[in-house]
Amino acid sequence: MEEEMQKDKIGSVLVVGGGIGGMQAALDLADSGFYVYLVEKSPAIGGRMAQLDKTFPTNDCSMCIMGPKLVECGRHLNIEIITYADIESIEGFAGNFKVKVKKRARGINTDICTGCGSCVANCPVTNQPVITFHHSPHQADGVKRSKAQSPTITFKLNGKEVQGEEGQYILQIAEEYGVEIPTLCYHKALEPAGMCRLCIVELCDGRRTHFVTACNYPIREGMEVYTDTEAVHEYRKLIVELLLACCPDVAIIKELAAKYGIKEPRFEKEDNDCILCGLCVRMCERIGNSAISLTGRGVEMKIDTPFHIQSDVCMACGACAFVCPTGHIKLEDITKHAIKPIPSEYQMGLTGRKPIYVPYAQAVPNTPVIDRTRCMHFATGGCKTCAEFCGVGAIDFSQQDETVELNVGSVILAPGFEPYDPKLYDTYQYGRFPDVVTSLEFERILSASGPYEGHLVRPFDQKEPKKIAWIQCVGSRNTQRGGKGYCSAVCCTYAIKQAMIAKEHSSEPLDTAIFYIDMRTYGKDFERYYNRAKEEMGIRFVKSRINNVLPGDTPGNLKIKYTDEAGRMVQEDFDIVVLSVGVNIAQESIELAKKMGVELDHYNFVRTSSFKPVKTSRPGVYVCGVFEAPKAIPHTVAQASAAAASATSALAEVRGTRIKIKEYPPERDVSKEPIRIGVFVCHCGINIGGVANVPEIVEYAKTLPYVDYAEDNLFTCSEDTQAKMKDVITERQLNRMVVASCTPRTHQPLFRETCREAGLNQYLFEMANIRDQCTWVHMQDPEKATEKAKDLVRMAVARAATLEQLHEIPQPIRQEALVVGGGVAGMTAALGLAEQGFKAYLIERTDRLGGYALRLLTTWRDERVQPYVEEMVKEVNEHTLIDVHLQTEIKEVNGIVGNFRSKLVDRQGKETEVGHGVAIIANGAESYEPEEYLYGEDPNIFLSLGLDQEIMQNADRLKHVNTAVFIQCVGSREPDRPYCSKVCCNRSVHRSLTLKQLNPNMDIYIIYRDIRTFGIREDLYREARSRGVKFIRYKMDDKPKVEKRDGRLRVTVKDQAIKIPVEIDTDIITLASAIVPRDDNGVLSKLFKVAINQDGFFMEAHAKLRPVDFACAGIFVCGLAHGPKPVDECISQAKATVSRACTILSHKERMVGGVVAQVDPNLCAICLTCVRVCPFGVPELDYENGVAKIDPAACQGCGICASACPRNAIQVMHYRDDQQIAKLMAVF
Amino acid sequence: MVDYEPRIVAMLCNYCAYSAADLAGVARIQYPSNVRVVFFLCTGKVEIIHILKTFEAGADAIFVGG
Repeated sequence: MEEEMQKDKIGSVLVVGGGIGGMQAALDLADSGFYVYLVEKSPAIGGRMAQLDKTFPTNDCSMCIMGPKLVECGRHLNIEIITYADIESIEGFAGNFKVKVKKRARGINTDICTGCGSCVANCPVTNQPVITFHHSPHQADGVKRSKAQSPTITFKLNGKEVQGEEGQYILQIAEEYGVEIPTLCYHKALEPAGMCRLCIVELCDGRRTHFVTACNYPIREGMEVYTDTEAVHEYRKLIVELLLACCPDVAIIKELAAKYGIKEPRFEKEDNDCILCGLCVRMCERIGNSAISLTGRGVEMKIDTPFHIQSDVCMACGACAFVCPTGHIKLEDITKHAIKPIPSEYQMGLTGRKPIYVPYAQAVPNTPVIDRTRCMHFATGGCKTCAEFCGVGAIDFSQQDETVELNVGSVILAPGFEPYDPKLYDTYQYGRFPDVVTSLEFERILSASGPYEGHLVRPFDQKEPKKIAWIQCVGSRNTQRGGKGYCSAVCCTYAIKQAMIAKEHSSEPLDTAIFYIDMRTYGKDFERYYNRAKEEMGIRFVKSRINNVLPGDTPGNLKIKYTDEAGRMVQEDFDIVVLSVGVNIAQESIELAKKMGVELDHYNFVRTSSFKPVKTSRPGVYVCGVFEAPKAIPHTVAQASAAAASATSALAEVRGTRIKIKEYPPERDVSKEPIRIGVFVCHCGINIGGVANVPEIVEYAKTLPYVDYAEDNLFTCSEDTQAKMKDVITERQLNRMVVASCTPRTHQPLFRETCREAGLNQYLFEMANIRDQCTWVHMQDPEKATEKAKDLVRMAVARAATLEQLHEIPQPIRQEALVVGGGVAGMTAALGLAEQGFKAYLIERTDRLGGYALRLLTTWRDERVQPYVEEMVKEVNEHTLIDVHLQTEIKEVNGIVGNFRSKLVDRQGKETEVGHGVAIIANGAESYEPEEYLYGEDPNIFLSLGLDQEIMQNADRLKHVNTAVFIQCVGSREPDRPYCSKVCCNRSVHRSLTLKQLNPNMDIYIIYRDIRTFGIREDLYREARSRGVKFIRYKMDDKPKVEKRDGRLRVTVKDQAIKIPVEIDTDIITLASAIVPRDDNGVLSKLFKVAINQDGFFMEAHAKLRPVDFACAGIFVCGLAHGPKPVDECISQAKATVSRACTILSHKERMVGGVVAQVDPNLCAICLTCVRVCPFGVPELDYENGVAKIDPAACQGCGICASACPRNAIQVMHYRDDQQIAKLMAVF
Repeated sequence: MVDYEPRIVAMLCNYCAYSAADLAGVARIQYPSNVRVVFFLCTGKVEIIHILKTFEAGADAIFVGG
């Protein structure tokens, strides 16, 4: 059986949930040789993080930091993103699961959709349709468009021969050929009506000329059409003048009048705003409803509903108002129903969206989805307007839900959370007062991509607020009204962040107050953040539990009543009240767990253990992120990597069996060829072509030096254009390619790939960004946009001519790892690597493995630590792939990622050299030795670790203790050590319960500043209070005093709740002492060229998204070396380093070179400038040759050295000075 | 001087300012068209010669964003 299973193992993994956790897991898995299915229930990946404005504690823009990961997931060859899909069932066993996934019908053919957005822009439905009854099927058809089967008609347009097909109208052909004809009543999706008369053209059929409306005059063989004659202009001018007299105040008519040079109409002015174009009526008909029509004749004609009453038939979809060019249509006059926008999920309902939509601007995949519950086509059978506008025919209304079966070796669950719904807590008046908002809504309000474009205003009247309040613990630490007993772990710090950002956004001084129970800024660098908020930013922190929000003294204001520090009742008015809502597990996630057969705890979090923090109750199924317990992004990301490592530890032998590897044809050497540049200019539907004149840009490109070929495409990125591009490269032997379209940040990899597929070196490609940085930002000025686009193309062509082929070369990877530190973190990492099949050298400076964990009694979940550690030590010692070096230190580290060489020295002075591809630093931390509180002067004063020892060794003695005192924050949160040690509150509260078990009558006092029992650990705090443990709060500037009196210990503390000093005579005192960095961090930091932070802990590459990586490639950090944290997080991080290491070690070689710095040895004066400025520590001295040496394998290509080099001896390949200057000189 | 339109060249870093310029596009934030963006992998690689040559080419102002 065992063998059978072995044989059937599958080298692919299913990740459920496309938030930051799911994405990180997917990327790690795919980068280490496993095929990934990333299944997401919403239409795009990105999750909650995509909704955040900024992230704490660095205030980085959330979207900016996650954007690259989104894009990477989107285009990874071995990640298959399945969005808009749900898990149906799972069968099989660890190593070989069969999972059924239901893909909901999207209504869009994702294979051909280019994401241009025309369908969304032109969908006329702007409101929630009221679908009261089902209409009989209605067949909608727009203007007849060019169809291959119709006969071709040739005629002359302004003297030029043009072609169309039978059934088409003059206006359509003119549009195709870029001839402008003004019109007010034409709509691509509607049968033309010739209502506005503005599209008048002169027609000559051989015998006579006459005037016709171009929109509804069918083309005929041999006819001649003139759109630009004097007579036509005169005619149009008269029409505009009449329209102006009719509707003198309509903006679009005034613009037209100005264009035709009309200041005042000669006719009597009326007070109208309807030009009777009939677009609304035709659109309503197309929608399949016909709730309005043109009534009356002649001067009586108007748009109306039957019997002039508000219509019941009208579904309030808003299509009529959407197409109305003048703003005449007022939906509230037409419909009987309530007019409500369709709430945008991404904007938390603060703005509306259309029935066809892309969830957010940077969404991956950038494919829209049709919401069938709101799309009018699914209500009436009509409309299909989007299909008329789709340039590639990607709209497919007939699409059905589809169930696919995935065969995977493991599953990772990362469905995330949903915010608590504060409507359940009605005294906060959420939903009643618009200015009571949830924290996630406030996040959108702050965001530049939010409803107010980042202008901080209150929803009530869109005025800038002067005062904002945050109410903490809404739905957390509270079991009333749908609230949850746990602490949501993130709200304190995000409230600080929001207050800081709000102050930055406000043009006038903004007063911000955070009402809290305990400030729980326990994470790495969070306490500093809190201090900064308090001391530098002037954010008020008010310790008071708020239970209701009342109307304020003036409309729109909100009143909060609270008790201040001095115990006085205070009333205060605010403009906005933000409810810091907690995280909840969604019903769908509970059902997912059921389908997966995974056990949940009493809060519906996945049941895990501290020692196996990502393992669920079902073998082969893993979890990460908030579904495991409330947590912030860094811990989620670390857990995601940990889950990836755990999910593949049993699949190591099938690594690489399911992945796709791309093969390319051999590259053509073009170095001797004369330069031949090909230019492809993209219309991007109407995104570029609708503003700039693309054919003109193409003609211009053809005139540029070296340009051999130029063409325009509706979508350059579409599959057929890519195939065309390859053909053109081969046929015309092009050797430089330029694409003028969107941004290289998203599309350059695709086009480079196409070049490679055509046998062209990928570095011979250049892009001109004429959409994101041109037509999208100059929409009002088509001429200037065209000019700018031409300039951008010229610049790209000039640079393209200077581009050279660059070759990346493979460098072998030493598939072994060095792990520094033999504690729980180090051992977990070494074992994890060994399970993945990679050898690990485990270096420990003391004479035994186990570290501080051996001195811990239990985890907060009452799991005994010692037996676990002892078992682990045994496993480590027995594993053939782990080479343990005790009493050993590191003397020297050389080399770079993939190929390090380190010198180890043991106590006897014996040196050993080991080679390794990666290194993991897990050297742990120390416990602070207090000088305060009489520590060391009395055997009854313990440190936390000492109390654990005492319980393990002398439990009987403790049974006779009558009074015990815990003093918190000993050495933590002090000016010298401004960080929280994270574990001490949990430890002391937990130990108070242990002592209560030993002696239920024991009087226990915990003297604290803020109780930080974060996450589910809040249960311990609640239990301690219910068992009579007394909590006394002290202030930083009024610390407790410890004295010895008559052989007993006395603690005196001023209780901040009653402002009275309290004296406690006690038998034992436990000092919750800080976790401090190891003394050898400085040495290791120099050896490995990695950074340490102000507190002396190792500093990761990025606080949020790279929590266990160092900036220096191939080196990782985990456990206490990174900062204070409990055992389960140390283990998560250690497993995360395994996963990160596997992304390197699972490859035999890596490609290096390309865009890297190169030193010209003839110019180098070895001044060491490059050595000093390189942020990655790459340049080294080559003593033999007397030059600086930059290893292409380590160089990151940033170019700082090249810029700083005083002799200009360094150039960055692909961005050489001459290449950049060629572009810059072509700028005008 | 009323009609004076300076010709501006923006040298933008791939990692921040260039991305921000793209984001301005995604958000359809309209700005004057007399700026031409040149992509830099990192503005650490903007050289004095780049700036001088750009002025020589006729730029009235240069904006380095990184």
